[in-house]
Amino acid sequence: MADEKYETHEYDMIVIGAGGAGLRAAIEASAQGVRTALICKSLLGKAHTVMAEGGIAAALGNVYPEDNWQVHFRDTMRGGKMLNNWRMAQLHAQEAPARVVELEAWGALFDRTKDGRILQRDFGGHRYARLAHVGDRTGLEMIRALQQHAVHKGIDVFMECTIVRLLKDGDRIAGAFGYWRDSGRFVVFTAKAVVLATGGIGKAWKINSNSWECTGDGVTLALDGGAELIDMECQQFHPTGMVWPPSVCGILVTEGVRGDGGTLKNALGERFMFRYIPEFFRAETAETEEEADRWYTDKKNNRRTPDLLPRDEVARAINAEVKAGRGSPHGGVFLDIASRRDPETIKRRLPSMYHQFKELADVDITKEMMEVGPTSHYMNGGVRVDADTAATCVPGLFAAGEVAGGLHGANRLGGNSLSDLVVFGRRAGLYAAEYVKSIPVSLTVDAGQFGAIARECLEPFERSGDENPYTVHRDLQECMQSLVGIIRNEGELKKALEELAVLRERRGRVRVDGNRQYNPGWHLAMDLHSLLMVAEAVARAALERKESRGAHTREDYPRMDATFGRVNMVVRRVGDAISVSQEPLPQMPDDLKRLFEERK
Amino acid sequence: MADVTVRLWRGDVTGGSFHEYHVALEEGMVVLDVLHRIQAIHANDLALRWNCKAGKCGSCSAEVNGHPRLTCMTRMNIFTPGETITVAPMKTFPIIKDLVTDVSFNFQVAKKIPAFQPRPPDAPDGSWRMMQEDIDRVQEFRKCIECFLCQNVCHVIRDHEGKKQHFAGPRFFVRLAELEMHPLDTGTRTGLVKEFAGIGLCNITKCCTEVCPEHIRITDNAIIPLKERVVDEHYDPVVWLLRKVLGKR
Repeated sequence: MADEKYETHEYDMIVIGAGGAGLRAAIEASAQGVRTALICKSLLGKAHTVMAEGGIAAALGNVYPEDNWQVHFRDTMRGGKMLNNWRMAQLHAQEAPARVVELEAWGALFDRTKDGRILQRDFGGHRYARLAHVGDRTGLEMIRALQQHAVHKGIDVFMECTIVRLLKDGDRIAGAFGYWRDSGRFVVFTAKAVVLATGGIGKAWKINSNSWECTGDGVTLALDGGAELIDMECQQFHPTGMVWPPSVCGILVTEGVRGDGGTLKNALGERFMFRYIPEFFRAETAETEEEADRWYTDKKNNRRTPDLLPRDEVARAINAEVKAGRGSPHGGVFLDIASRRDPETIKRRLPSMYHQFKELADVDITKEMMEVGPTSHYMNGGVRVDADTAATCVPGLFAAGEVAGGLHGANRLGGNSLSDLVVFGRRAGLYAAEYVKSIPVSLTVDAGQFGAIARECLEPFERSGDENPYTVHRDLQECMQSLVGIIRNEGELKKALEELAVLRERRGRVRVDGNRQYNPGWHLAMDLHSLLMVAEAVARAALERKESRGAHTREDYPRMDATFGRVNMVVRRVGDAISVSQEPLPQMPDDLKRLFEERK
Repeated sequence: MADVTVRLWRGDVTGGSFHEYHVALEEGMVVLDVLHRIQAIHANDLALRWNCKAGKCGSCSAEVNGHPRLTCMTRMNIFTPGETITVAPMKTFPIIKDLVTDVSFNFQVAKKIPAFQPRPPDAPDGSWRMMQEDIDRVQEFRKCIECFLCQNVCHVIRDHEGKKQHFAGPRFFVRLAELEMHPLDTGTRTGLVKEFAGIGLCNITKCCTEVCPEHIRITDNAIIPLKERVVDEHYDPVVWLLRKVLGKR
């Protein structure tokens, strides 16, 4: 391998990941006149953004003129149980409306209000109907608009290319090393800045809503490159994934079903969410079914239905109902829209849910209830970044979208992900471009290291080991599902760390067959490095946060603890080990604090 | 449940053949589940594309028993028990390996379609006013998940390699129709539709419409209206005469 020629591409900046955040970052950087390459693991337009369903949250005030950025900011912070980076939450709430309108300037077409403006729908944790949407295929609309705009701007896209290592010149980022999926050959990109936009880590759990791509590559590239992570313990379990048949278990059922009137029921037919209203949200949540039903049409005189509590609350409630023996036949609960809205409305508002259940589960959601249960969905935490610039602590390394942490705190509200992508994708592109322009000297990467990286990548072909990469991955998912799932405790987390150590050792014996050409077994063998790294980061951070907050629930510490509410769990790589330390949250200024003292 | 026998095409640009695999079935499985099981147990290096596994990303297109389909939305219970299932890559595109084909043709065509050109905003905040009934049709076109099954079955692309230079294919007629019918777009693309996209080569056999997993009425709602616009613009004798008299192009 030593004499292999390494195909090299020179750019000012590269963006890794071509979902919403990566596309928006590349568009911005390119508009700033910086030569930008966009690199993605799949074909363009297939990133996980395409699966987002319900909508993009932005206080446009089209449906409720009372809505504004302060209300959105307050909802986001409270949804995140105040663990959020306040400045990110502020920028996000302030800039989301302009980013949504911008998508229409690039060809997106959202559903309309009667007077022709962008329609907004109700979603969990949002005080007002706030999600701009296109039926239940909003992510597709967004990625297509961004993709088409990027293509017309002439941005170079490198598809089916996986980055395995960031390259540096001293402390500075200087490029990245990867491989082509089709040929298996290696490729080097030189660049003064790298924007990570690689999405999440859902593939570490058995029941998940994520695509094969969500293996934590960006998180691991960042850790390996010297950056820090925060809030990794707060992995989001979306309350409603499909549970039956087994082959579709985990596939997402949009919160839009509840936003449009659907309600959760147990095996006894009870709307059980009324029994799970936490103190934190009691003042703003309806106590009776009648009030909850009136709220859909009259928000001034009624409080929100508990079906639309934030996702962490709903996921825990479903988990508790199932444990109490009141679940559905296949271990979930029921989601009923059939008895609450007419078939035409359901098909118009939720076409892909109708299609998905009809085709995959033989269930007609206009006539029957759906069976749903929690599914690992979203990384609330991620790479620690500066709120304004999306810069990490490594010079030249930026991160945006799901891979970045801070905006969502301990729990993300539905709809805040798509807006996160475009608000902070743009910021990452803008400030990375500024950074590139501020570095007059050219950087060099030591080509001597390429051989060693390549050899490490190719090891699974050479080994005499007996482990199948798919089996190791499956066992990792079982471990995370059973020991680092929705409800955690110290004993299980420690057991998970022991099992992960064994899995790491097994990974060292993974052997793959065939050649380097489009070989998914080999690709998975390499992805196992990231999956094991993120699994350990989550387990260690979860062990350290001895309280329950947002998506992180400890049965041995079932309450929120104000001491832990003032700190992030910060994860770093020290040598081969992963360290966790508690570091204080940024302090919110007084004028924003006042938003939380007013009306409860 | 019973086992299923799958005949799966495996190979690369140098050639290949069908291999048989036996897979245990579980309730609710789709063809993609069967392929994943083959990959995990029998053939770790089996090349295939997939992402969402819910019919939303359009990555897992293949030909199942000769029919172009998304493998993630093809339930195993549609087949007769005991029936051998044949899975092959999309035939129209060059093979890379196993079920993975080189679909770069589509991305090259996408680059050549002129961008959306909106009229100036209607409101000071940069937004527009549009009625839902005016965008319903365009939203139908925007449901396209770019699975390229329509491109795969289009006989102009499938059987006439040489015509690909002058023919964009159904996916891009949908894209062009979307731009043409977008209430905000100010561009005119009928010349492009006729010349570069070659819509005249389409003889509306509706093969594309039949395979569309999003049920977009490609032929009726996109291709035929585009053909009519081309005729109105380029072949209408009255328009032709007016152009001559008024000197307009």
